[in-house]
Amino acid sequence: MQVYQFTEQPYYPVWNDHGGSLRVILPNRKLDPKVAGDLFHRYYDEWMIADDLGYNIMVNEHHQTATCMASTVIVSLSVLARQTKKARILVLGYPIGHRPDPLRCAEELSTIDVVSRGRLDMGFIKGVPYEFPASNQNPVGVMDRFWEAHDFIIKAMTSHDENFNWEGEYFHYRQVNIWPRPVQQPHPPVWSTTGSSSQARVLGEKGYVIATLGSGYATRPLYDAYRQAYLAKWKKPAPADRFAYLGLVATAHDEAEARRRGELVAGYLRTSSIVHVPFRNPPGFQSVEDYARMLRGENPPRSFTKDGRGINMHHGSVQDLIDAGILFCGTPDQVYRQIVDFTEYCGGMGNLLMMGHAGFLTHEDTVSNLEIFAKEVMPRLKEYKQPVPAAA
Amino acid sequence: MATDGITSLVVNGATIEAVDRGKGRIILFLHPGIGIDPAAPVLAALAHGGRVIAPSHPGFGASQLPKGMTTVDDLAYFYLDMMEQLDLHDVLVVGVGLGGWIAAEIAIKDQSRLSHLVMANAIGIKVADRETRDIVDIWSLLFDEYNALAYFDPNVGKHDYKKLPAAESLAAARNREAYARFCWSPYMHSPKLKGRLHRIRIPTLMLWGTADRILSDKYGRAYCAAIPGARFEPIERAGHFPHIEQPEEFARQALAFAESNTASAARARRA
Repeated sequence: MQVYQFTEQPYYPVWNDHGGSLRVILPNRKLDPKVAGDLFHRYYDEWMIADDLGYNIMVNEHHQTATCMASTVIVSLSVLARQTKKARILVLGYPIGHRPDPLRCAEELSTIDVVSRGRLDMGFIKGVPYEFPASNQNPVGVMDRFWEAHDFIIKAMTSHDENFNWEGEYFHYRQVNIWPRPVQQPHPPVWSTTGSSSQARVLGEKGYVIATLGSGYATRPLYDAYRQAYLAKWKKPAPADRFAYLGLVATAHDEAEARRRGELVAGYLRTSSIVHVPFRNPPGFQSVEDYARMLRGENPPRSFTKDGRGINMHHGSVQDLIDAGILFCGTPDQVYRQIVDFTEYCGGMGNLLMMGHAGFLTHEDTVSNLEIFAKEVMPRLKEYKQPVPAAA
Repeated sequence: MATDGITSLVVNGATIEAVDRGKGRIILFLHPGIGIDPAAPVLAALAHGGRVIAPSHPGFGASQLPKGMTTVDDLAYFYLDMMEQLDLHDVLVVGVGLGGWIAAEIAIKDQSRLSHLVMANAIGIKVADRETRDIVDIWSLLFDEYNALAYFDPNVGKHDYKKLPAAESLAAARNREAYARFCWSPYMHSPKLKGRLHRIRIPTLMLWGTADRILSDKYGRAYCAAIPGARFEPIERAGHFPHIEQPEEFARQALAFAESNTASAARARRA
């Protein structure tokens, strides 16, 4: 199993002073740029430590929010491509359906791949609902735009002999010929996230890495949908390295200390939903069928414990989050066992996207968390033999 | 196509639902972004003056959305095709909100099948400077905030969606999505429309629910002033949807206007 260290690079100093929305409308005057600079340096230092400890690295972006200062993945990727030595660097993700210029995306990502000497993993994502007011991209039809941007980026990265032309529904280019071209062939690995079975099938057909975030014990049906489509297309079972899962991780030698850290890391979940209500679900973000169900008051829980109890990931206790496979928390032995249990439930999962820092967890706690996990959990996960999934 | 009740018709391969009731001159009613209730009293009131055809726009209600249809321009051409297919003449076009915008887009393209235009609290143009919103950002509002701005009586806008039958909640969901499909950006307007309104040569009435706080009175008057000879008439005790809050008065003014301006309409068409 591969392990990627992830933080949202939060601006936590204002988390208790948000006036009802941490995203979109929180005035940026509340951010002190000098403090932000200190925090950025701290977060990059922690990723450098993670690189030394044998982790891979995951970065992301959000907009107009104190939950995540990274507003452009390209800055994080640029710093890490030059500063780190061994880690694979995953962007999960780049919201390409929002970006006005996929040619620029292809140039940026190819350059990152070259500078990092082939360590880039390209995660393309739809983006959360709150991104649409910031980008002003129409949420209606955004996935059509996403796939056209994807098709263009892949074509640009894999065309090496003559310029090409693009006159699509959303994007128009002439004389496309990106310099530099990527070093990984035919292009850096593609990842994506989804919470829907239909999209999981699309990813399976393409053979891309499917990642789910906080889906806990509702993950298996998504993976199985992927497996069915993968098997049909590629005539072999999907290997474990096609599956990724983002879980929060808090460990310490003392269980009570681990739980204390778990409470702080869970601050990510507790704050991520503090958003002015209309921005939570812009028109077209959900299918009309799902929105109609919501209007009728049918809102099934998204997260479940192993025994089927629905939990609210934004308000659940540390124990709830552990039971739901959203937080892996405890002594190294406990954390190892929780991750293996979850992986067995998934029928195999080869990439743990580990949120090893979040919220108010201090630098010292974060480094300790990373060190203990790297020394006492990660080696066992590298040795761990993935289950052979039953034919889906 | 039936002459009464709800019917469906196929235009350019797309099936759309429409209310079709009454007899006589054709009144094409174009609904606002929130869609149309087939039982809306305004349709019955208008049907006293002719045959009301009130389609759900493509993508709204139960109407199909033809592939590639993304702009209000597309909707205008769709209705021009529909009028040609049904061979409609001397059509009184009545449009509220988004429907008013569609009506204007139809008229600047081809007025040969139209007799009169009645717009009400129409969106579609840009009036103020680039940093001043003409139209409230409705997708940043809570339901209650929206109702308080859109209606003279905010209770009129309240719906208990939990009690709606599945088909109606699906129609409400489709209306919301379609509204954004056509109006998300540029927000609720076409940058080109204002400069083309001079092409409208048929008698035009701009009705205006005076309690509208989604749009301003100033916006309505500027819109009206850009259409040659257009008349502005306030409707009291109504907001953004005067056809819902004052259906009788709305229909009375629309029908009276179409009645009294017949001669000038004929002159305009000859010119």
